[in-house]
Amino acid sequence: MITIYVDNQAYQAKAGGNLLEAVLSLGLNLPYFCWHPAMGSVGACRQCAVTLYKDEQDTQGKIVMACMTPVKEGLRISLQDRQSRDFRARVIEWLMANHPHDCPVCDEGGECHLQDMTVMTAHDYRRYRFAKRTFANQDLGPFVNHELNRCIACYRCVRFYNDYAGARDFSVLGCHNTVYFGRSQSGPLESEFSGNLVEVCPTGVFTDKTLKEHYTRKWDLQTAPSICVHCGLGCNTIPGERYGTLRRVQARYHSQVNGYFLCDRGRYGYEFVNRPERPRTAMIRRDGQLAAASAEAALAAARELVGSARGLAGVGSPRASLESNFALRQLVGAENFYSGQAPWLDDCVREALRQLQIGPATPSLRQVEQCDAAVVLGEDVTNFAPMLDLAIRQAVRVEPMELARQLKIDLWLDGPVRELIQDRRGPLLIASPAATKLDEIARWTYRSGPAGVVRLALATARELDASLPVPDGLDEPTARLAKEVAAALAKAKSPLVVSGCGCGSVELIQAAGVLARALAKVNSAARLSLTVPDCNSLGLAMLGGKNFRQALEALRLGRADTAVVLESDLWDLAPTDAVESALAGKRLVVLDHLPGRTVQRADVLLPAGTFAEADGTLVNNEGRAQRFFQVFPPQGDIRQSWRWLGDLAGRNWPNLDAVLAELSSALPDLAPATGAAPQANFRIEGLKVARQSHRYSGRTAITADVTVHEPKPPDDPDTPLTFSMEGFDGIPPAALVPRFWSPGWNSQSALTRFQQEVNGPLRGGPAGVRLINPGSSGGTAVSAVSGESDQAGPQAGRLCYQKLLVVPAWHIYGSEAQSMQSPALAGRAPRPYLGLSPADAAQAGLQADQRITAQFDGQSLSLEARILPSLPRGLAVLGMLAGQPAVQLPAIIDPPPKGAP
Amino acid sequence: MSPTAVYLVTIFGLLIAVFTLSAGLIWYERRLLALFQDRYGPNRVGPFGLLQSVADIVKIFFKEDWVPPFADKPVFVIAPAVIIVATLMSFGVVAFAPGVMVSDLNVGLLFFLAMSSMGAYGVALAGWSSNNKYSLLGGLRAAAQVISYEVFMGLSLMGVVMMAGSFNLVRIVQAQERMWFFLPQLVGMAVFMVAGFAETFRIPFDLPEAENELVAGFHTEYSGMKFAFFFLGEYIGISLVSAMLVILFFGGWLGPVLPPLAWFFIKTFIFISFFILVRGSLPRPRFDQLMAYGWKVMLPLSLANLVVTAGILLWRRS
Amino acid sequence: MISILRSIWLVFLHALHRRVTVQYPEQAIRRPPRFRGRIILSRDPDGGERCVACYLCAAACPVDCIALQAAQDEHGRRYPAFFRINFSRCIFCGFCEDACPTYAIQLTPDFEMSEARRQEMVYEKEDLTISGPGKYPGYNFYRVAGLAIAGKGKGQAENEQPPSDPKTLLP
Repeated sequence: MITIYVDNQAYQAKAGGNLLEAVLSLGLNLPYFCWHPAMGSVGACRQCAVTLYKDEQDTQGKIVMACMTPVKEGLRISLQDRQSRDFRARVIEWLMANHPHDCPVCDEGGECHLQDMTVMTAHDYRRYRFAKRTFANQDLGPFVNHELNRCIACYRCVRFYNDYAGARDFSVLGCHNTVYFGRSQSGPLESEFSGNLVEVCPTGVFTDKTLKEHYTRKWDLQTAPSICVHCGLGCNTIPGERYGTLRRVQARYHSQVNGYFLCDRGRYGYEFVNRPERPRTAMIRRDGQLAAASAEAALAAARELVGSARGLAGVGSPRASLESNFALRQLVGAENFYSGQAPWLDDCVREALRQLQIGPATPSLRQVEQCDAAVVLGEDVTNFAPMLDLAIRQAVRVEPMELARQLKIDLWLDGPVRELIQDRRGPLLIASPAATKLDEIARWTYRSGPAGVVRLALATARELDASLPVPDGLDEPTARLAKEVAAALAKAKSPLVVSGCGCGSVELIQAAGVLARALAKVNSAARLSLTVPDCNSLGLAMLGGKNFRQALEALRLGRADTAVVLESDLWDLAPTDAVESALAGKRLVVLDHLPGRTVQRADVLLPAGTFAEADGTLVNNEGRAQRFFQVFPPQGDIRQSWRWLGDLAGRNWPNLDAVLAELSSALPDLAPATGAAPQANFRIEGLKVARQSHRYSGRTAITADVTVHEPKPPDDPDTPLTFSMEGFDGIPPAALVPRFWSPGWNSQSALTRFQQEVNGPLRGGPAGVRLINPGSSGGTAVSAVSGESDQAGPQAGRLCYQKLLVVPAWHIYGSEAQSMQSPALAGRAPRPYLGLSPADAAQAGLQADQRITAQFDGQSLSLEARILPSLPRGLAVLGMLAGQPAVQLPAIIDPPPKGAP
Repeated sequence: MSPTAVYLVTIFGLLIAVFTLSAGLIWYERRLLALFQDRYGPNRVGPFGLLQSVADIVKIFFKEDWVPPFADKPVFVIAPAVIIVATLMSFGVVAFAPGVMVSDLNVGLLFFLAMSSMGAYGVALAGWSSNNKYSLLGGLRAAAQVISYEVFMGLSLMGVVMMAGSFNLVRIVQAQERMWFFLPQLVGMAVFMVAGFAETFRIPFDLPEAENELVAGFHTEYSGMKFAFFFLGEYIGISLVSAMLVILFFGGWLGPVLPPLAWFFIKTFIFISFFILVRGSLPRPRFDQLMAYGWKVMLPLSLANLVVTAGILLWRRS
Repeated sequence: MISILRSIWLVFLHALHRRVTVQYPEQAIRRPPRFRGRIILSRDPDGGERCVACYLCAAACPVDCIALQAAQDEHGRRYPAFFRINFSRCIFCGFCEDACPTYAIQLTPDFEMSEARRQEMVYEKEDLTISGPGKYPGYNFYRVAGLAIAGKGKGQAENEQPPSDPKTLLP
C-alpha cells in the first residue's frame, strides 16, 4: 500500500495499478469510457483527465490521463480543480456532439455509462448546432442490436470482440469522424461471446435484441443473484424479471468464475422460462389423457402412486439443484436413486469427479486465464464449456507477456503490450477429433479419436515422468509432438491440462489425470481442469446415485413399478426402444419445466420451477457450490422441485435451509454447500436484500387491471432476499448481490463500487464454496491407463475403412436442452448431422448436406451428412442436439447408406 | 284555561321555541359567518339551506352513543345535561313580553346569575370525567374563566339594579320606559357583554375548547347526542345572554308600533348576530391575557361603574 | 380597543362584498390550461402515438400508479403495448408530464372523473389516448430522434447528415 493525495487528501492505494483504477477503488468519481477493468487502458477517450502536481508547491499542475498514469508513492492529483474539470466537460461535449436525441427509445437508457458520465461531468446543454453524422445499421443476428448513431468511438467493442475474445468478423471501418464499428456486411456475429458487447459498450450502440422483444428498463427489473444453468462452468448471472416473465440475463461479476463476461448461450438461453409450451399446471392422467388438476389433487395422486408402489426408481437430474436431487433421494431412498445424466456421460462425470478428488487442484476460470501453457485433450471447449474458451484465449497471452515484463511495461497498458506481443502466443495444444475454434490460437493441433488423444497424453506424461510406461502403438509423429509439448509444459510456470466429458471417453479423463499428475511432479503449480456437461453434473455425481442403465434395468425387471423423474427427459438418456420397453406398464411421476416426451408420458405431472423460480445450489466443474435464488415467485401450480418432493415425502421442510441441514447430516461431504450463501435468517441492518430497485415502478398499477386492491408482496421464507423494493439496497455479501447499482452509476460499471479493488473479489465475502479438496477423498491415484479398453473400434491413425467411430460434436447453440427452447438461440442451432471426413464421405458416395440414416445401437437417426475436412479418416462426429433421439457415444457404426432422396 | 294550563303551555312553548331557535341558530350562524367571509355557507339542504340543521340533527341522532372505556361514566353522561338544564332554567325568569314569561321572580336577575354559573359545572365535569388530558385542561380553563368573569358580570349589573331599584326583570324593563339603560350604563353594558362572551365560551373567549391547542377541549371525547347537547347548550347560552342584554340595557319588549314580543325578538336577534360577527372578527387571546383582562381591566371598570352610578344616584336623590 | 372595534366593523363590511364561492355544479369552473387533472396520452401531428414507452413517467410517479409495457412495430417504432394508470392512486402531481420526453403524457383540466367503484378508476391505453396533440401542437419526437422508423430512414431526422459511407476514405 502506498499513499497518494487526491485533492490534498491522503489515500491508501495499491501499488502497481493505474491511477484510474486507484481512484475508482477509493470510491471516488472519475468519468471514463475506453478503460475496462478486464481489458486495461488505451487512453483513447481522454475522458479520465486529472491534474497531476509535481509536489506540494506546484499550483499549476498538468493534465494527464488517469488510466495511463501509474500509481506511485506520494502522487498528487486533483479531480476537482477547474482545469481538469473543464477539460473533462469539453471532452464529453465533443463526444456528445453527434450523439442522437434517442435516450427515450434507447434500450441502454437508465443503465447507460454515457448518461452517467455526462451527468457526472455536468454537461447539460448541447452547443453543437450543425447536422449530426449518422450511420446505417447492420443486422448483427438474433442476439445483438446495432444502432451506430449512438457511437462515441471509445473502441471498447473492437477491443473486446477482436482482442479479448479473438473473433475476426468485426472491426473498425472508415476514417476520421465517421469510423464505423461493425462487420464488413450484415450478418450474425460469429463470436460465442458477442452478447458481451451489450455490456461492454458504454452507450446504446449494442443492445440486447432479445430484451428488445419485451423491453424493460433496468430499474423495473426484479433481479436476484443466479447461476447459469446452460453448461457446467457455473457462471454467475443476474436474470431480470418483469410482469412474470424473464426479460434478460446479465453477467454477475465473480472474481474467480466468469469475471465480467458471459457466453451467448448463458446470456440468451433464458427464454425457455417464458415458453408457452412449458408445463405450468399440475396434471393427472385420467382415461389415458393428461388432464389439468389442482396442485393438491396432483400431489395427492402422486403420493398415492408413490405410496402404493411395489418398488420405486427416482431419476435425478444434472440440471436440477443439489437440494432437488437430494429431496428425490430422500423420497425414494438412496438405493433407488439414479442419475439422470446419459449413462455414457455419467461414467465420464464420475471419472472426472474421481480425478478432481485425486488432484492436482483444479483451477477456477480466473486461474485458467493466468496459466501460461495449456493442453486441451479431446475437448471442443468453445462449444462444450464456452467461457473456458475465453479463459484459454487470455492464457495464451500470458507467456508472451513476459516480454513486456522484461521491458518494464505495465501489463495494464493494453496498447503497448498488444503491440509488443503481436501474434506471439504461449504454448497451447489442441488435441481433438475435429477442428475447434481454438485451433487458430494453438501452437499445436492434433486430430484423432479419443484413443489417439489418450496415447498422446500418456506419451507426454511419460516424457515428464520416466516412471510411467510408454503407451502402446505410439507412432513417430505423435511421439515427437509429445516430446515437444512436454518440453513446453515443463518450462511453463503454471501449466494446465484441460479435458472433460466432451469426448465421452473415460480413458481420456484418466489420461488427463495421469498427465496432470506427471506434470505436478515437475511443477507443483500444474492444474487439471475437467469439463462436465450440465450445470449440476458434478453435484449429482457427488450425491452418488446409480447409473441410469440400472434404472432401466430395475424398471424392466419389475423391481420398480413407479418412477419419479426429476427434471429429466428419459428419452434423452437412452434409446427410445429401451426407454419405452422399460416404462411399459409402469407408473410415472414427472417433475419438470420443459415440455418433452417424458412429460407427455407422465401419469402425474408436477410443474417444476426453473432456475428463475427456484432456490438451490449447483456444483460446477471445479466443485464449487454456488447458490441461485428465485428471481420471481412461481405462478399458478408451479413450485420448486424440492418443495414438491418434500411435500411428497411428507417432509414439509419449512425452507431451503431445512433441506440443506438434512443434506449436511445425510451427506457430510456436501455439508460445506450450506455455506454457499447466507441463510434465510440473514439480515443486514435488520433488512432482507431487496430484489427490486428503489426506483421499481408501477407497484400500484401492475395488477390493477385484475383488481385495484394491491396484493401483499409474496413471502420468501427460503432466502435472505425479498420480492419487494423495501429492503437493503446497499452492498450485500457477494452471494446476494441482486444488481450492480450505486448512486451516480446506473450501468454495469457500478460494479467497481462492489469490488474490493479493480478485478478483485466482491466486497462482503466470497460467493460459493469449493466442495472438493484434492487428495482428501482417499481416491487412489491411477498412474497409468490401459490404452486398450478403447481399442475395440478402429483406431484413428490405424485406418480401418469398414467401420466408423462416432464421437460427439457439441454445439453452443443446440446441445443444451433448456437453451434450445429460446427462439433466438434455437435459430442458430445446426440441423441434426453426421460429420464425415472427406475420404469416408467419398467412399460412401455422400455429398454434403445429403440426407442419410445412421444406424446406431438400438436407434436409427435421420441426419444430414456434413463433410469436415479436419476429421481423420475412420472418425465421424454426431452433432449433439437437444431433442434428437439418444444414442450411446462413442459408437461404432457402419458407414451410412444414402437415405431416401 | 286554568292558570296551570297556561303555565304548562308557556313552559312547553318556551322549550320548543328555545330548542328550535337554537337549532336554527346553527344554520343562522353558519350563513352569517359565510356572509362576513364572502361565501355562501350551507345552501344545499332545503330553501336557503334551511333544512341543514334538520339534516344535522338526523345525522347526529343516528351516531353511535359512545362512552370511552376510560371515562368516568356517570359523570360523563350527566355533564351535558347539567349544561342544558342550567341554561334552560335561566329562561324561566326571562321576561319576553308583558305576561309572557314562566316565572315573574322578584330576584330574577340573581336567579339568572346563579344559573349561568351552574353551567361551569357542566363544562368542568365533562373535562374531568373524560379522563383525557386535553379535556381536563379544557375543563380547568372553563372553571377558572367562569369564576373570574362572573365576579364582574354580577358587579356590572348592579348599576342597572340600582337604577331600576329591583331585581325583578319585569320591573327593570318597565324602568326603562323613559330611557334605555344602555345610555347611562354604557360601561356596565360593555362589561356585561364581555362577561357574556366569556360565560358562553364564545370566540374570542373559547379557550376551554381552543381547537388548535386542545383538540376540542372539554368535549374532545364526546360524540353523538351528548356532543349535540354541548352544542345546543352553547346556542341556548347565546340566546340567553342576548335576551338578558335586551332586557337589562335595551328596554326589553319596549318599542313603538310592533307588538312587544316582536320587539323583544328583533332586539335579541340583533345581539345574537353581533355575537356571530365578533366570532368572525376577533382572534382568541392567550389564557394569561384572558385572566389579566378580566381581573385587571374588567373588575376595576365594573367597580368604578358601580361607584360612579351609586354616587350619581345618591347625588341626585340628595 | 379601537382596533378591536375596527376589526369588527371591517368584518361587518364584508357582508356587503361579492361572494367568491363558485356554485360548482350549476356554475362552470374556469381552469387554467396547466390545471393538473385527468391524464391523457396525446398523438403527434401526424396522428401517430406520441408515447414511446420509455418508462420515465412510471419511474417518476411517486405513487407508482403507472404501468406499461414497451413494444415495437416492424420498423422499430416504439409504442406501449399496454399503458395503465390507476387513478384511484394518482395524486395528480404532474411528475409524469414533467418526465415525459415526447409530450405524450399530459395532464388536462378535466377533473370530473369520480366513480362509485374503485375498479373503474383504472384507465387503460384506450381510455387515455386522445386524437390530438394536446397542449403541445407541432412536436414530433421521431422527427428529432436518430432512430429510424417507417417513413423516416437514417439521417432523415432534423439536423442530420445522410448516413456516412464507411467504405470511403475521402475527407
